[in-house]
Amino acid sequence: MKILVPLKRVPDPDTKIRLKPDGTGVETDGVKFSVNPFDAIALEEALRLEEKLGEMDIVVVSIGGEASIEQLRVGLAMGAQRALLIKTGAALDSLAVAKILAAVYQREQPDFVLMGKQAIDDDANQTGQMLAALLGIGQATFVSRLELVEQRTRARCARETDAGLESITVKLPAIITADLRLNEPRYVSLPGIMKAKKKPLEELELEALGVAAVARTTVLHYEAPPSRQAGVRVPTVEALVDKLKNEAKVI
Amino acid sequence: MANILVIAEHDAGQLKLATLSALGFAAQTAATTHGVYDVLVIGAQMGTTAESLRAYGARQVLVADAAPLQSPLADRHAWVIEAVVKQRDYGIVVAAASTFTKDILPRAAALLDAGMLSDVVGVSRTDDDLVFKRVMYAGNVLATVTLAGDLKFLTIRAAAFAPVVAGTTLSPVEQIPLPAGPMPDLAEYGGREAKVAGRPDATEARVVVSGGRAIKNAEDFERLVGGLADALGGAVGSSRALVDSGITPNSLQIGQTGKIVAPDLYLAVGISGAIQHLAGIKDSKVIVAINKDADAPIFEIADYGLVADVYTAVPELTAQLKQ
Repeated sequence: MKILVPLKRVPDPDTKIRLKPDGTGVETDGVKFSVNPFDAIALEEALRLEEKLGEMDIVVVSIGGEASIEQLRVGLAMGAQRALLIKTGAALDSLAVAKILAAVYQREQPDFVLMGKQAIDDDANQTGQMLAALLGIGQATFVSRLELVEQRTRARCARETDAGLESITVKLPAIITADLRLNEPRYVSLPGIMKAKKKPLEELELEALGVAAVARTTVLHYEAPPSRQAGVRVPTVEALVDKLKNEAKVI
Repeated sequence: MANILVIAEHDAGQLKLATLSALGFAAQTAATTHGVYDVLVIGAQMGTTAESLRAYGARQVLVADAAPLQSPLADRHAWVIEAVVKQRDYGIVVAAASTFTKDILPRAAALLDAGMLSDVVGVSRTDDDLVFKRVMYAGNVLATVTLAGDLKFLTIRAAAFAPVVAGTTLSPVEQIPLPAGPMPDLAEYGGREAKVAGRPDATEARVVVSGGRAIKNAEDFERLVGGLADALGGAVGSSRALVDSGITPNSLQIGQTGKIVAPDLYLAVGISGAIQHLAGIKDSKVIVAINKDADAPIFEIADYGLVADVYTAVPELTAQLKQ
């Protein structure tokens, strides 16, 4: 089986996000970048399926500048067999990325796509769903448990929803988006890094894919959200109840 | 200017209150753009859902009712939305952000080749276009954005828009014929894990009591956090730490990677206040923190802080509230 796993380069989740003073963007100088954590979970799940079911062709793909090669190398070091970089300097949004991934899908013809439910930079949570729509195939989003069933023609998934866990069985091919608790991604090992150096990493100009992908969204300005001020400390439970009743009037 | 289609959310015929905030957004936006708004409810056996939507100023309450739409499957729901938008003239399709709408709306948007903005918290009009505010980077960044195209898809944060106020004029209800051709059949719904009955959902409740790392096990969580929530008629929530350690189920997690809540009163019990948790609660009207660590970051945003051991303070608080 072949699994396609998109990896996005994002500021490391443990870095503090700083804004450029003029509000034109987020400071990237000196910032550590990582594989989007949800994408790393998606890749880990593909690797675990391979460990369980036997050899798979796991292809990681990223879209962006050459800097994204760093994240593809992480994907290869984790265990993916092959990497593909779609090179572009253009600003993209979810729909544009979905269109590019749809073209990659047509080129690669995977059995399914495993990807993060959202990227932790723009927090859009749209690309997987859009990709499924463009390809006319099914989707299972926010997945926290995944099992291939019926001779690997379907994926039985547990989905994390506001109302609790939902069960859904989706026909393959499909787009499956990973939620936080699907698994805990492995650390990259030294032998993994050494092996990754010999694995194929293909670079392809976006134009060569023949996709017209133009972002519809434009960010005009970035700012820090209004912050809450610290209130008062109360000495006792009794004082707290008094404040809530007589000052805040919420009970 | 363009008309708005609001997608209602309900659970087996029970309207989600966040829908009223999406209608609030629609009413506010339609007023500045001289447009009108419709509301679409999709499902089967929806009881009085359509009826309950009639008092909110919509031009029409549209109902797509068919047995296969009872399951919350994205392929079918997006197919209905696509058909309704193609039949009628809309410039905006909007819903309150939830796992349900985030599953469906991006799919419908792509079917219609429309761009989308998630988690919109503000809207204003400049010249001929709308300018939106939305949160990014786990709530650390507020971005001002535009979205090109004649058709825009949006999810809004319910906490950011006042619910629409009920009026006396009732909107007409129209049953929408299903689109021609077979309904998409790409997935099969296997049901939902039953949730604990008797308590409201944290995204809907006026009071939310949340427990964090200080709670040692599931029994203590139920006794302390559940007990306090019940005394206040509120919902329960949990920090990520408790979910990760298996003490609470995933569906209780509040924060950037869980639920975003904005109740009148949020009580954080033994929660230290990681950034990702704070991102999910900062729109609450009043935040109370009880924690024995006086330096916990939660105190920096709490309106009322009590430095105390939750194992003694919470039973005392519950007892006083019951009096």
